[in-house]
Amino acid sequence: MENDRIDQIIDKHHGEASSLLQILLDIQSENSWLPKEALGRVSQKLDVPLTRIQHIATFYKAFSLVPKGRHEVHICMGTACHVRGATRILDTVEEATGLKPGETDLDLKFSLETVNCLGCCALGPVINVDGKVHGKMSPVKTAEALKTYE
Amino acid sequence: MSEIQLEIDGKEVSAAEGMTILEAAQHVGLYIPTLCHHEKLEPYGGCRVCIVEVEERGWKKLVVSCVYPVQNDIIVRTRSEKVDRIRKTIIELLMAHAPDSPQLVEMAKEYGAVRDRFEKDPSFCIHCGLCVRYCAEVAKKNAIGFVDRGINKEISFIPEIAAKECNDCKECFPLCPTSYLQACYVLTQGLAFPSPSVEPTSEE
Repeated sequence: MENDRIDQIIDKHHGEASSLLQILLDIQSENSWLPKEALGRVSQKLDVPLTRIQHIATFYKAFSLVPKGRHEVHICMGTACHVRGATRILDTVEEATGLKPGETDLDLKFSLETVNCLGCCALGPVINVDGKVHGKMSPVKTAEALKTYE
Repeated sequence: MSEIQLEIDGKEVSAAEGMTILEAAQHVGLYIPTLCHHEKLEPYGGCRVCIVEVEERGWKKLVVSCVYPVQNDIIVRTRSEKVDRIRKTIIELLMAHAPDSPQLVEMAKEYGAVRDRFEKDPSFCIHCGLCVRYCAEVAKKNAIGFVDRGINKEISFIPEIAAKECNDCKECFPLCPTSYLQACYVLTQGLAFPSPSVEPTSEE
C-alpha cells in the first residue's frame, strides 16, 4: 500500500491519535491486511508508539497482520450450524483448499476462517464468501460453490 | 478537604486525597504484598495480589488496593481470613505460569499456597506489565509491548527499536518477577536483530 494513500486516510481523520482504530480499520478494509510499513507510517504520523499499535492490531480479530487471499471464506461454527453439520462443511473446505482455519494459501486465492455465528441460523449450515452468504450448505454444494471463485 | 482519615489494620491513618490505599498503607509502614506495583509507574491493578477488604458503613467488599483511592471513614483489613484465602488462590494461579519465581515462592510460603495446585502452563510471563509500562512511561523507548489477548497475550519486543535502544538500557530486566523478560530479549536478539551490514533501511 502506498504511503500517499495512507497519508490520505490519516488526513481524513485529521491526524488525531484518538482515531487510530478507525484509521487501522480503513487501511484493513482497503488493503485487506496491515503491512508492517503501513503500521510504521501510522505510528510516525500520529505519534503513537508502534508497541501500542501492535497491541491493538493483534487484539482485534478484524485486523490481519499477514496477507489475505482474494476470497475470504468464513464458515459458521455456531450452535445451529454445528448441529446441522458445520464440521462436515469445514472438512470439505479444508480438503478443497488445503487450508486450516486462519490460513491463506500460497497463491493468495482463499483465506479460511471460522466464525461463531453469522446471525442467520435458519439458513444453517452457513458459509460466507467475500460477504456473500451461502445458506443450507451440504458438502457437495460447498465444493461446487468454491469452484465458482477464481 | 485534602486530609482523609481512615483505618488500616486497626491503625488510624491520614492520607491525602487521591492517594491509593496501598500508598497510604506504605506511608505508615504497613505492608501489603504486590507484584505489578512500582512507585515510578502509574497504578495498573494487573496482578491482584494487593487485594484488601474494605468496610464502608458496615458493608464489606474486596478491592484492589493499588488502584482504590482512599475514602473517609473506611476500615481496611489487609489480612482477614477471606483476603488471605483469595491471595492464596491468586498466587497458586500465578504459579501455574511461573512455578519457580522467587517472589511467588516467597509469597506462597507466607500464604500457604500449594505450588502444584493447578495444572502447569509454564508461559513464565504473569502479565504484570512492569517491563511494558517501564519502557513506555520511564524509559520512553516503547521497545516492548503486549501482543494478542486473553490466554494468548504475551510480551513482544519491536526488533528495530530493541536493536537500537535495549543494549544500553536494560533497566526493565531487574523488574521482571519471573526472568521471562530476559529470555524474551535473548530470543528477540537471536531471531531478529540484523547484523549491521544487512540492516534494512526504510527511508522516506
